[in-house]
Amino acid sequence: MLLRHTPTEITERTALTINPAKTCQPIGAMYAALGIHGCLPHSHGSQGCCAYHRSALTRHYKEPVSASTSSFTEGASVFGGQANMLQAINNIFTVYNPEVIAIHTTCLSETIGDDLPQIKKKAVAEGKVPEGRYLISASTPSYAGSHVTGFSNMVKAMAGMAEPTGKKNGKVNIIPGWVEPADMEEIKRITGMIGVKTILFPDTSGVLNGPLSGEYKMFPDGGTTVAELKSTGDSKGTLALGEWCSADAARELDKQHKVPCSVLDMPFGLMATDRFIDALRTIAGVSIPDVIVNERGQLVDMISDMHQYLYGKKVALVGDPDQLIAMTEFLVSMDMKPIHIVTGTPGKKFEKRIKELTKEMGREVNVKAKGDMFLLHQWIKNEPVDLIIGNTYCKYIARDEDIPYVRWGFPILDRQGHQYFPTVGYKGGLRLLEKILGVLLDRKDRDDSESKFELVL
Amino acid sequence: MATATKNKLVQWGPAEVKSALLEKYPPKVGRKRAKQIMINEALQNETPELTANVRTIPGIITMRGCTYAGCKGVIMGPTRDIVNLVHGPIGCSFYAWLTRRNQTDAGPTGENYMNYCFSTDMQEQDIIFGGEKKLAQAIQEAYDLFHPKSIAVFATCPVGLIGDDIHTVSKNMKEKFGDCNVYAFSCEGYKGVSQSAGHHIANNQVFRHLVGQNDEVKPGKYKINLLGEYNIGGDGFEIDRIFKKCGITCISTFSGNSTYDQFASSHTADLNAVMCHRSINYVADMMETKYGIPWVKVNFIGAKATAKSLRKIAEYFGEKELIDTVEKVIAEEMPGVEAALAEITPRTENKTVMMFVGGSRAHHYKELFDELKMKTISAGYEFGHEDDYEGRQVLPNIKLDADSRNIEELEVEPDETRFKPRKSDKEMKALDKAGYKFKQYDGLAADMDKGTLIIDDLNQYEAEKLVELMKPDLFCAGIKEKYSIQKLGVPMKQLHSYDSGGPYAGFLGAVNFYQEIDRLVNSKVWGYMKAPWQKNPQLSGSFAWE
Ligand code: SF4
Ligand code: SF4
Repeated sequence: MLLRHTPTEITERTALTINPAKTCQPIGAMYAALGIHGCLPHSHGSQGCCAYHRSALTRHYKEPVSASTSSFTEGASVFGGQANMLQAINNIFTVYNPEVIAIHTTCLSETIGDDLPQIKKKAVAEGKVPEGRYLISASTPSYAGSHVTGFSNMVKAMAGMAEPTGKKNGKVNIIPGWVEPADMEEIKRITGMIGVKTILFPDTSGVLNGPLSGEYKMFPDGGTTVAELKSTGDSKGTLALGEWCSADAARELDKQHKVPCSVLDMPFGLMATDRFIDALRTIAGVSIPDVIVNERGQLVDMISDMHQYLYGKKVALVGDPDQLIAMTEFLVSMDMKPIHIVTGTPGKKFEKRIKELTKEMGREVNVKAKGDMFLLHQWIKNEPVDLIIGNTYCKYIARDEDIPYVRWGFPILDRQGHQYFPTVGYKGGLRLLEKILGVLLDRKDRDDSESKFELVL
Repeated sequence: MATATKNKLVQWGPAEVKSALLEKYPPKVGRKRAKQIMINEALQNETPELTANVRTIPGIITMRGCTYAGCKGVIMGPTRDIVNLVHGPIGCSFYAWLTRRNQTDAGPTGENYMNYCFSTDMQEQDIIFGGEKKLAQAIQEAYDLFHPKSIAVFATCPVGLIGDDIHTVSKNMKEKFGDCNVYAFSCEGYKGVSQSAGHHIANNQVFRHLVGQNDEVKPGKYKINLLGEYNIGGDGFEIDRIFKKCGITCISTFSGNSTYDQFASSHTADLNAVMCHRSINYVADMMETKYGIPWVKVNFIGAKATAKSLRKIAEYFGEKELIDTVEKVIAEEMPGVEAALAEITPRTENKTVMMFVGGSRAHHYKELFDELKMKTISAGYEFGHEDDYEGRQVLPNIKLDADSRNIEELEVEPDETRFKPRKSDKEMKALDKAGYKFKQYDGLAADMDKGTLIIDDLNQYEAEKLVELMKPDLFCAGIKEKYSIQKLGVPMKQLHSYDSGGPYAGFLGAVNFYQEIDRLVNSKVWGYMKAPWQKNPQLSGSFAWE
């Protein structure tokens, strides 16, 4: 028993988090920044945070993740990190020459109160930023929100690069939220098929799912370009996918530059994808091509073919709010029963939304924002489930309780594929469903008695 | 590949490589880096000094981690029955959660908290108003839930800044519980220049709060402690297997697969065998001063190194029975090793390797590469100190800078009741006469060939440049470096937490490692990087259909 000390009895904890269902803000900011073309993320704090964030992202994406750090020691922590930051900016432009340095804070620089906008101004004034190069920054204190908040904050900083020219560009901004590079690619494929011209930001496709070719590019070809980011202020409007990940940036563009926005759910599963495609149709004023209608039909077909194995199955979920909302809706739409749902990211709206989505299920769900996986495990002990969906750390619960399990979310440290195969859109829905059915039917094949074991399912 | 390597080496002498590495830096940075890059002369005592254990340069993409990583991640991470509670915002605890591939065997009934991640998950109000109350409450909740014998508390960056007194909180809770040892580590990430400071902080507290807590005499004849072995990928299990076979009793391992009681009883051992010199040599010194336990440097990475280390331990005890058993075990184990080498070396011979790992590991693994007849053309440490490069004789010359002065040094005195010399003067003299060396470590430089490059605190830019210029057949470092090196078409072996493999220690581990390296340097995959049309872009003639 890997988690042998987890008791069934649930006691209230007010101070101790065990097995968190979230991590800290800067890693989200770092991931978002990698979605800008030619951008070096920079962590303003002590170097350990940066090392940890790079390691975690590297392990998840199995790709190089470069990021620099201000490398605070005790002195900087006492006297402020300005000198370190200025030195860093100079070194970074001299040695790596990125187009953009995307700076985020850590809990250390936040606590001492370093003023990044002021440091940036000073760097520019001192001529440390070469012509045509940029510094952007986000405040990402780790003692508020979660990695999702950090992602959102950096995306908001990206929106801050908008420089409207007054001439519309005829494009739609799409903010995909914290999804895999493959998902960003899939969103581009879908919008391309529909014929909507877009600026997708951030865009980590081509950055964190690159080829092995014998060449190493510190700044790979992918990513949203600075020109595109500047142009977001000239777009027709913004579709923000996910309230937690993307809405702030979209609203910022609306507020600053009157680019209207609409916040949708992340397009995981049937209904959320329907709404996304429908929104694109309305924006572009086109009818949806048959290929997409077909893809949708294939997903509905697979659900109907396999419904008997999905119906009534109880599921436990852990992950980030935007993903979980879409996944809950998807599961309910297939007559499955997501009954235990936990995210580490705070937000009362989350619990409310999940309760709405599961209302028709005809029973109470256990749902908690700012919960942890220890609690999730206790819930599972009290009422077992047929399936767990969540990140790599779920494997400990899955093994102890002997429950089929699908890896989905962040981080996935022990499997490949998530960076290459999308789970958004109808195609992504097919893949999610294939994975879910795979583990459920493997389980059935393993557990059925010999007389019940059958070739045809 | 082999000829390509040779050509490159002819074109690029070490001095040229060194200046190519420094070319791009701003002048001040270049001057600093120049002192951390040494062309090895392999001349006894004439090796020029190398600067090490100095601050990382802001903005230069470093391989290093922080003090907290060294303390919680490296030293305390593998302690199974201690609840390791991180006081701080969530991230620090999350990232050190199972990511160092520490393994343990708690049996069906034993305590094991290694799979759990505990944090106070500090929020804004804790930062503003102080987090001591929350910490005390978290310790209470951990105690109520698990009733562990021990709870360790770790401070992260903001805790130090806001001044939470974690030591007093821990002390109060310890007194309150009575049956649970609670203590704390001031291992804030900014405290030192690298993980090394964290090792030191961790070890000091282990020495202060755990070592010597249990005087009960343990069964077993030849009692040792193994210091600086962290059971990555099961290394410790293989070493344990060998010790058992030899009849050597390992009282405690610091800290692979370790338990509270192992630390508590460690002062009852008769010899300290030190693996990772960097992370723990000072503990060995303190245990010698306080309890009279002498120490020797060992290395269980590499089959020959393992045999040598076992003989060293046997020679120390000096009893025929042990010496004979050790010889018998070596005789039993070596044929398997030699068979593997005979099969594999023809495919690895003369291949080149670079290694930039930790603060001792790069040196340990050199022995394995020597066995494979591979050439280590460049090596260095992520957070070594000068003595790790140049040997302990330079210890008196190392100047303390502000960052090192921050790290507490314990004042140790002989324990009034428990100090006892393990050997009489006469025995010690006899060992000395026989050439037996206690407390000796010659460092990496002594083992590196002339003209090789020793580089301290290598960074991403230099790593890439080195690989480009010298085209090694294999590069060894950590996960952050892995994929950028591999994009260049050079296989990368992680030696911090070993990608997927291990164990690599001991005899079976050595064989395991030979096979892994054979797989890496001879994998077909590196031949697939270019498509046929990229290899031969000229179009000549038209396609001939069959
Ligand atoms: S929680 Fe703070 S100190 Fe810890 S890794 Fe995150 S930013 Fe760094
Ligand atoms: S071998 Fe290296 S990584 Fe391991 S403990 Fe020693 S110094 Fe640290």
